[in-house]
Amino acid sequence: MNAPLIGARIERKEDYRFLTGAGQYTDDVTLPGQTHAVFVRSPHAHATLKSIDKSKALKAPGVLAVFTGEDLKVGGLPCGWLITDVNGQPMKEPVHPSLAQGKVRHVGDQVAVVIAETLDQAQDAAGLVEVDYGVLPSVTSTDKARAKGAPQLHEIAPDNTCYVWAIGDKAACDAAFSKAAHVTKLDLVNNRLIPNAIEPRAANGMYSRADDSYTLYVASQNPHVERLLMTAFVLGLPEHKVRVVAPDVGGGFGSKIYLYAEDVVVTWASKQINRPVKWTCERSESFVSDAHGRDHVTTVELAMDKDGKFLGMRVKTTANVGAYLSTFASCVPTILYATLLAGQYTTPVIHCEVTAVFTNTVPVDAYRGAGRPEATYVVERVVEQAAREMKLDPAEIRRRNFIKTFPYQTPVALMYDTGDYEATLSAAIKMADVAGFPARRKASEAKGKLRGLGYAAYIEACGIAPSNIAGALGARAGLFEAGEVRMHPTGSCTVFTGSHSHGQGHETTFAQVVADRLGLPIESVDIVHGDTSKILFGMGTYGSRSIAVGGTAIYKALDKIIAKGKKIAAHLMEAAETDIEYDRGVFKVAGTDKQKTIGEVSFAAYVPHNYPLDKLEPGLNENAFYDPTNFTFPAGSYVCEVEIDPDTGVTKIEKFTAVDDFGNIINPMIVEGQVHGGLTQGIGQALLEGCKYDPESGQLITGSYMDYTMPRADDVPNYQVDTRVTACTHNPLGVKGCGEAGAIGAPAALMNAITDALQVYGINDLPMPASPQTVWKTIQNAKQKKAA
Amino acid sequence: MHAFSYHKPSTLGDALSLVAKQSEGKILAGGQSLVQAMKLRLASPTDLIDLSGIKDLAGIKVEGSSVTIGAMTRHADVENNADVKKMIPALARLAGGIGDRQVRHMGTIGGSVANSDPAACYPAAVLGLGATIVTNKRKIAADDFFKGLFETALETGELITAVTFPTVKRAGYIKFKNPASRFALVGVFVAETSGGVRVAVTGAASCVFRATAIEKALTAKFDPDAVPADTIKADTLNADLHGSAEYRAHLITVMAKRAVTQAVGK
Repeated sequence: MNAPLIGARIERKEDYRFLTGAGQYTDDVTLPGQTHAVFVRSPHAHATLKSIDKSKALKAPGVLAVFTGEDLKVGGLPCGWLITDVNGQPMKEPVHPSLAQGKVRHVGDQVAVVIAETLDQAQDAAGLVEVDYGVLPSVTSTDKARAKGAPQLHEIAPDNTCYVWAIGDKAACDAAFSKAAHVTKLDLVNNRLIPNAIEPRAANGMYSRADDSYTLYVASQNPHVERLLMTAFVLGLPEHKVRVVAPDVGGGFGSKIYLYAEDVVVTWASKQINRPVKWTCERSESFVSDAHGRDHVTTVELAMDKDGKFLGMRVKTTANVGAYLSTFASCVPTILYATLLAGQYTTPVIHCEVTAVFTNTVPVDAYRGAGRPEATYVVERVVEQAAREMKLDPAEIRRRNFIKTFPYQTPVALMYDTGDYEATLSAAIKMADVAGFPARRKASEAKGKLRGLGYAAYIEACGIAPSNIAGALGARAGLFEAGEVRMHPTGSCTVFTGSHSHGQGHETTFAQVVADRLGLPIESVDIVHGDTSKILFGMGTYGSRSIAVGGTAIYKALDKIIAKGKKIAAHLMEAAETDIEYDRGVFKVAGTDKQKTIGEVSFAAYVPHNYPLDKLEPGLNENAFYDPTNFTFPAGSYVCEVEIDPDTGVTKIEKFTAVDDFGNIINPMIVEGQVHGGLTQGIGQALLEGCKYDPESGQLITGSYMDYTMPRADDVPNYQVDTRVTACTHNPLGVKGCGEAGAIGAPAALMNAITDALQVYGINDLPMPASPQTVWKTIQNAKQKKAA
Repeated sequence: MHAFSYHKPSTLGDALSLVAKQSEGKILAGGQSLVQAMKLRLASPTDLIDLSGIKDLAGIKVEGSSVTIGAMTRHADVENNADVKKMIPALARLAGGIGDRQVRHMGTIGGSVANSDPAACYPAAVLGLGATIVTNKRKIAADDFFKGLFETALETGELITAVTFPTVKRAGYIKFKNPASRFALVGVFVAETSGGVRVAVTGAASCVFRATAIEKALTAKFDPDAVPADTIKADTLNADLHGSAEYRAHLITVMAKRAVTQAVGK
């Protein structure tokens, strides 16, 4: 029997191929007769299409076809979640065309596609498509979308409003505020982000005339969902005639969940020209076509009694959904946001109203954390500010309000199953040496620098989701996961999972779970994902759901393997099935030294010479679908310490401490990697990244790495990370998920640290990203105000 | 990228005759700006004339109290050259701070100086040290060379062959990087020479320029605290997402102080 593999720091099985350049990404797939597509995109934020002349492009060398919205009359790209507004009306769902129909609504909106023998030829010809635009005024800013006289994007959505939605008991909340000893109020902006996966999106569609079927290779986080949405809603194709393969995928962070126009176009076009059509996004193209993230404008009020005990919270948010509703856009600022506003606290009443607006910007959808970073930012910024106003230690105000008994029903729908918030907070305080902070601050002051310390105690709802609850909340799909375990005759094992790995390390983590339970060497277990022709079904990877939902589906399939194995073993050892005990790959007859290994049992199943064929089918291959009974609730405490140079406005992160509770951990090394990556993205949001549109022209100002600041290694400190464990109570592995935590907790911790450092100037807020210029300007403004 | 013809002459004469023949051609001197522009289809030269095959154009020579750096010398070679490190350490440090490791092993001093990118580092050293630009036709003083945004005194058919730097008493260079691009948002080169102090500012305006008020103050007293504040009018400076003109004007003072601190070795 092997040493236990669950909890071991196993090196990633997939890294050999990634690090040696043997990965197979969508762009690496070249099919016989391959052609290449280039999209003609709108240079304007808002315009009518007066005419499109494709004659010159069609005559260019190598060009096979040019298609526009006139040619592609199919269904709009669907939104997968129906939000019902405060008046009981369904949200406004304007048509989201794959190629523009008469109008373009953001810079980068796809107008035409040019397909040629080579990529160069397609690029050359794309420049020859003559589009006559009737330029219209545009609106890009979240808080101006509903202003009087603002340009209107869609006829069916007056005032550019998609929905006004609310959660919580407003009357009870107002009553709580009327009794408050103190109310802390903050106006917050959660800045828009551009995802920037290392592998740009790509799609390669192929039609087979032989059986009237399609194959789409695509950089996707969820190939089955992609197929379902594309066949059922857009192209009207039978699902069994479409195979979607998402091979190696280089990062997604949410941006590759969605069904995109380009995927539809290359699939459809492959039949029109009867040749495979490949499109690979250019980096600058990805800035204007990958779904963006965040973009909220929020006012939050927190009511407290005289001791800093929270009595109620009121939140009003405007969320920018961009020009069209992307696949999950509608649920991000509602279901995934407002339900998290209790945070780790016993706030008894919460009311949140969310207005989603259309603007002339790239559609906004889930991005690492999706709604939960926005919620944590609101809660943890206002809690820290409340501590300042109440003159309480920021750790103390949190402790006074922590939820301590579980399960806990929040006033915003969720039921937390377990947690120990004091454990993560006190561990983080110790690890961050908060006690030594005053001395470090003094040392900084001696150098003319400002030092600050900030906390964030976040919670997230992961393991998305119980399908029935999601359905009641408007989801238009189930949210289970499927897994299949196939024992081979000679004792190795192939596992098929509906979860998709695009950097998370599932090929290792899932293999650890399987190898551990089956007592196999990890080398004998391979994980297969990302192909609808191989895998039963899958809802894909997002919302930190893979181990909690996908892992559990595999676990349930293993239960069936073991149950059948017991029957086989009982037969082989001439014992009663009830006398068979199983432990990590070994079937034993209780109280004897008789035993059979999983390999022997598997061999017997496939070479059934001595086998109970009258009672049992041969073979050892089992599958399971798993639908969770609740979300999982990872939580943790982060402490960030910064030093600011007031002369330049530069913020240096001196220390960043993260103590998370992810439940049981399968591979601590992979988990730490996920935390590091998440923290870096969170720090990126708070300190560096920020998507900016020109308010007049609607042009994307941050359209390349010359202007959009991606975090780099020297922007972040050596992280101090640790974990505390309260096992999830409703899945057999006791796991919660870890992929998004860092991105959820880091922005608030960092901004709390920066505002702590700037307390000397009375600065309680500044916008993200806290770039050097922003910090410097904020200080100058505060100085002037003081002087005046 | 559009298709182009590639030439790699081995003598300066061959290079010049190719330049004369290809009116839509471009010189390739490292390609760290040009190739990016070509990839984005912002530049579409018919021909690229690569100078990297001309051995005489690369290398570093010491003559008396001056250092002559061949036009095709890579940044990394300047960064690591023992003579440069000893005689003009600020120049070696500046070269070592350009772009990233890959850029420093491809980019050349001649390419950078000829491009006159407003955010490049080398123009600050060339102007700050009062260097001389040597071409196939003449010698041009730094003060006469940089004319504006991507604009220099170079004429058609004129190629930089080397840059000659005088040694100075002490010098320092500090740049404040644009957080996104890491180019200089403001870079200040300060040099104390026998003829007074020279202060060159890059990144802040459309072209590298000398900060004469700061020079005057530092000539009187070469000390960080002597750098006067607010001597550069904001309305002459660039403004973009990462730095308003006001912020850049402020940063010039701060970076000048820090460059002097570096120069005096405090």
